[in-house]
Amino acid sequence: MPALFRETQNAKLGTGNWKLETEQPSFTIGVIALQGAFREHCRALESAGACAREVRRRRELEGLAGLVIPGGESTTIGKLMVSYRLLESVRALAGAGMPVFGTCAGLVMLASGVVEGDQPLLNLMDIEVRRNAFGRQVKSFEADLDVPLLGEEPFHGIFIRAPWIERAGQDVEVLARYDAHPVAARQGGMLVTAFHPELTGDLRLHRLFLEMAVSARREGPPAAALRSLGN
Amino acid sequence: MKIGTMTVKAGLAEMLKGGVIMDVTNAEQARIAEEAGACAVMALERVPSDIRAAGGVARMADPDKIREIQETVSIPVMAKARIGHFVEAQILEALEVDYIDESEVLTPADESNHINKWKFKVPFVCGAINLGEALRRVSEGAAMIRTKGEAGTGNVVEAVRHMRTITAEIKRLAGMDEDELFKAAKELRAPYELVKWVAENGRLPVVNFSAGGLATPADAALMMQLGAEGVFVGSGIFKSAEPAARGKAIVEATTHFNDPQILAKVSSGLKEAMAGLDIKDIGEENLIQHR
Repeated sequence: MPALFRETQNAKLGTGNWKLETEQPSFTIGVIALQGAFREHCRALESAGACAREVRRRRELEGLAGLVIPGGESTTIGKLMVSYRLLESVRALAGAGMPVFGTCAGLVMLASGVVEGDQPLLNLMDIEVRRNAFGRQVKSFEADLDVPLLGEEPFHGIFIRAPWIERAGQDVEVLARYDAHPVAARQGGMLVTAFHPELTGDLRLHRLFLEMAVSARREGPPAAALRSLGN
Repeated sequence: MKIGTMTVKAGLAEMLKGGVIMDVTNAEQARIAEEAGACAVMALERVPSDIRAAGGVARMADPDKIREIQETVSIPVMAKARIGHFVEAQILEALEVDYIDESEVLTPADESNHINKWKFKVPFVCGAINLGEALRRVSEGAAMIRTKGEAGTGNVVEAVRHMRTITAEIKRLAGMDEDELFKAAKELRAPYELVKWVAENGRLPVVNFSAGGLATPADAALMMQLGAEGVFVGSGIFKSAEPAARGKAIVEATTHFNDPQILAKVSSGLKEAMAGLDIKDIGEENLIQHR
């Protein structure tokens, strides 16, 4: 029997010496839960020491220290974000300092443009992306990536009909490349990967994001944006 | 760099979760499905209710039709192969479809063997009416399961039966001690290692969607509340009076399956659903779920 399947990841989610350092009594990260692999992100965030909250409606954005946009189908997620008026609220909160972590479809959502096609985007990062850049599902792959920011140990990248970053603006810090194409990047409070850390059990990128969220909190919560949220 | 691993096969199913996979028979329908928010489309020659009405042998769709659909949409395109027809599967792999559904909706090509799905780089989804069948398919390499229901009927009763059956069987395993699992595996006619994994983890080792007979937003939400991780809708959309509106409503109902206010809203103002069939009127010998 081949090695199984859906993350036997809990066994691997070792806690190590890393601890989420925050005085916030409830440090909650939202996960957009319209479609896709949102439960895996919730699990990873909780293993890394944060509280996770599924977000389907605007009111569920209230009081978040950060937000994850998971993998899934970006056209589906984008349409539902428009229908339930999440697009504008997330844009306002991120503009006021709330960090956002996007994986795969989430990377596409954070971009300022896609190479082919026309779909609703958050336009929060100065990147242009190519969807399904590596090809159809038969070209989906796993590969170890060098991510200097995370230390020497490579990060296991799971790429599923993945996008890549076609063009990155000068304020964008590229964190990893595959075949010369940027596949992980950061700009201000925005973090993106073309691959799926939530499927690996390696928590380093979720921890990096939590650290970003902790320092954003220290600089003050986006109170004005929160007040203007309404329902 | 490794392609075609179980991780990337099952991983795509993880990305489809919480979504609606819609049956389409041409590019125009595929475009409507994508516009409605489908997370993938299933390319086929005829929707199940037409297959049921037409009789005869139902086969894999024409490759031209599949290509036309692939060129129209950016979401994953799935296609059906007959049970045991590994050459249809080879052709679908050559066409680079994103998932192959080894489907009872088509006429089976082999009455005793399913396709050895480990030999393929493209992932497979297979139907199941109970836990034993689901685990046999997983042992053959299926990266995703869907409960069968009774396709082409617009009647959700069999989908409910199959989902409840699998959930109950998983719960029963979870309550057993190790010594009882050997016998359970024998009764389920499934590999012991998989039975043990299910007992320990309380769920299937791959993603499980619901299929067969879903016709309304409420049907989709019902299956989600019963534990489905997403839904396939076949005849239910393009055999209804207003496919675009119904498709969008079913997508929203699948996302907000636990929110009755939204379910009430999206269920309103939809024109006629597809006509339904009572399972009793079909006759046991005509049920396709036993294939």
